[in-house]
Amino acid sequence: MNHFPEAWGRPRNDVYGAYDHSYLQTSGPKAHTSSPAVTGTSVVGVKFNGGVAIATDNLASYGSLARFSDVKRLRNFGDKAMVGFGGDVSDMQYLDRLLDSMDIKENYSHHGNMLNAKNLHTYLAKVFYKRRSEFNPLWNHVLVAGFDGQGEPFLSSADLLGTTFSAPHLATGFGAHLAVPILRRKFPEGTPLEQVSKEDAVEALKECLKVLFYRDARSADKYSIAVITKDGIDLKEDEQIQGQSWAFAERIRGYGAQTA
Amino acid sequence: MAINFKDGVILGADSRTTTGAYIANRVTDKLTQVHDTIWCCRSGSAADTQAVADIVSYHLNMYGVTNAEAPTTQVAASLFQELCYENKDALSAGIILAGWDARHGGQVFSIPLGGSLHKQPFAIGGSGSTYIYGYTDAHWREQMTEEEGIDFVRSALQEAIKWDGSSGGVIRLVVLTKAGAVRHLYLPDNGYTGPGVTN
Amino acid sequence: MVEYAVKAVENGGTAVGIRCKDGVVLAVEKIITSKLLKPGANKRIATVDRHVGIVSAGLVPDGRHFVSRARDEASSWRSTYKGPIPTSAIANRLGGYVQAYTLYSSVRPFGVTAIVGGWDTEAELPVDGQVGNGPKSGSGGKVEGAKAGGPGLYMIEPSGLYWGYYGAATGKGRQAAKAELEKLDLSSGNLSLADGVKEAARIIYVAHEDSKDKEFELEMTWISSVDGPTKGRHEEVPKEILEEAEKAAKRALEGDDEEEEDKGEGEQMEE
Repeated sequence: MNHFPEAWGRPRNDVYGAYDHSYLQTSGPKAHTSSPAVTGTSVVGVKFNGGVAIATDNLASYGSLARFSDVKRLRNFGDKAMVGFGGDVSDMQYLDRLLDSMDIKENYSHHGNMLNAKNLHTYLAKVFYKRRSEFNPLWNHVLVAGFDGQGEPFLSSADLLGTTFSAPHLATGFGAHLAVPILRRKFPEGTPLEQVSKEDAVEALKECLKVLFYRDARSADKYSIAVITKDGIDLKEDEQIQGQSWAFAERIRGYGAQTA
Repeated sequence: MAINFKDGVILGADSRTTTGAYIANRVTDKLTQVHDTIWCCRSGSAADTQAVADIVSYHLNMYGVTNAEAPTTQVAASLFQELCYENKDALSAGIILAGWDARHGGQVFSIPLGGSLHKQPFAIGGSGSTYIYGYTDAHWREQMTEEEGIDFVRSALQEAIKWDGSSGGVIRLVVLTKAGAVRHLYLPDNGYTGPGVTN
Repeated sequence: MVEYAVKAVENGGTAVGIRCKDGVVLAVEKIITSKLLKPGANKRIATVDRHVGIVSAGLVPDGRHFVSRARDEASSWRSTYKGPIPTSAIANRLGGYVQAYTLYSSVRPFGVTAIVGGWDTEAELPVDGQVGNGPKSGSGGKVEGAKAGGPGLYMIEPSGLYWGYYGAATGKGRQAAKAELEKLDLSSGNLSLADGVKEAARIIYVAHEDSKDKEFELEMTWISSVDGPTKGRHEEVPKEILEEAEKAAKRALEGDDEEEEDKGEGEQMEE
């Protein structure tokens, strides 16, 4: 008799061959977030003379299902900066809480929270890079809006890989394809910031959101918009896209030769 | 699914559990108590959601004892969310949480697959839910009476059962108000008209 | 030995806390140990999370470690429950922590008595990071007058013993301070935060009478209700209000002297 209990109940090696341990894997590569579940689409932002404007729609999709229609994807960092989140909503919530805990710690010093939008962007990009290096990325593409250390308007993006990019106007997701060309036409390269008014910037964002609503199948017509100036953050969270153009559909008949 | 109504919340679910096309259990109770007046609807893997509900139930019990105060629905939502988020790769759990407490009244939270947390006026989830997005959106009203609320939930679940092969069996409801938790049961062989209250 | 720790506390600058109907005030008599120290620097009252303040009397480094532990507890609570820690819960956890330092030969007890003040929000808070809202018309089934937040004030001693207080005092001038606090009839819950600030300042000045030879700075913080001046946060009392309270405190002290000593002269002035 075999006196080793670990061998009891197993097929006999001499009859069936050695046990194939590959069927009982206890170690090996660990799976991580490989795809987002509940997601938000584009974020768009524009710098103007004296501040930054940033906007997202209020939709969180579940695949192609428009599942949650009042998800606010613009999150504040103290009264200093706004972060617009695209991508996974659970990771957005994780980062929102991370920023909240950072704001609490900053306020332990009696100087209060001294971190500006630029510091925040650097930090977020490093968090993203660290997580992608662990093969466990935070599935987001964000825009950070606010002011830098010199008090100049600041707008920059960071994505799930830790890639950063900065420009006077930016957009993530579908917006990178559809909104950026619109913004480039409105504010050609080299346009001094002094020539871009707050009203111009807000108007441009609304135009971008409208086009995105027309052409992005994961977008909605309810949106949030934040205008960050030295006076603080002006956040509106229940806006509706205005002035849509649909009536021309009447003139569209058939798909070619047909006119009836 | 779960809804807010005038005096609290109502949770509702069908009773079908399947392994592939085979109905493993036709009288499942998917409405699970995690504290006196905090309950959840489980969908996804039965094993995963039972494990998560058991852990949350334990923590809420501990919370009640150590803080000499019943946990709020928010506390339960945080615990569910943390478990579902931190273990998202291992879990297949879609949870709807609904609770009543004296201070906040009734509240409904949805925690879908990735582990995000959404507060909602009412929530639907699980395989049958996709068939009733239209129905619930069209018939939803705020501040319904208990009777109206029960009718809304029962009718919506009837539609889900009708169109979704993975939903079926009886309809179970739990009504959570100041008066506590009250169970209801509605059977298919009488057109989901009764027996009604069962506790 | 807990007894020695208590001795350390008895010689520290006086600290007081007052639980008012719409907030909590913390105040400390910060003895100036050197003219080379920058006025207004080296704060003695610390913030924990956003809504709790801690002031201690006794060994300053022990107080710092105590605060650091409190911050860890608050942040750990937040990561589990996604919301602010109730004042009662943080007092409980800190009480447990301090008590553990009386149990082992390898550590000495804390040389501080700490006053923990906080405001548990009366607002309905979302879960941290939550998105979405309930019904537009608000949740149904709320019970009128259900307990919802309010002020909290606790004092934790080196033994780990802690109680909740209407008014708490520790440090060198605690006896005088307690006597003054008892006169305020705090248990009736009528004292407003604005008056509480004035009383706290006055009490620190009264308590300082016994060590008049030493100079001191008055440091004061407060936590108001959500619709009050600090919106439920623990903050320094603004400079103007602090100076006003200090002036009133000095006036009250001088007034006492005049009443007792200069009564005869006062009457003569009238003719």
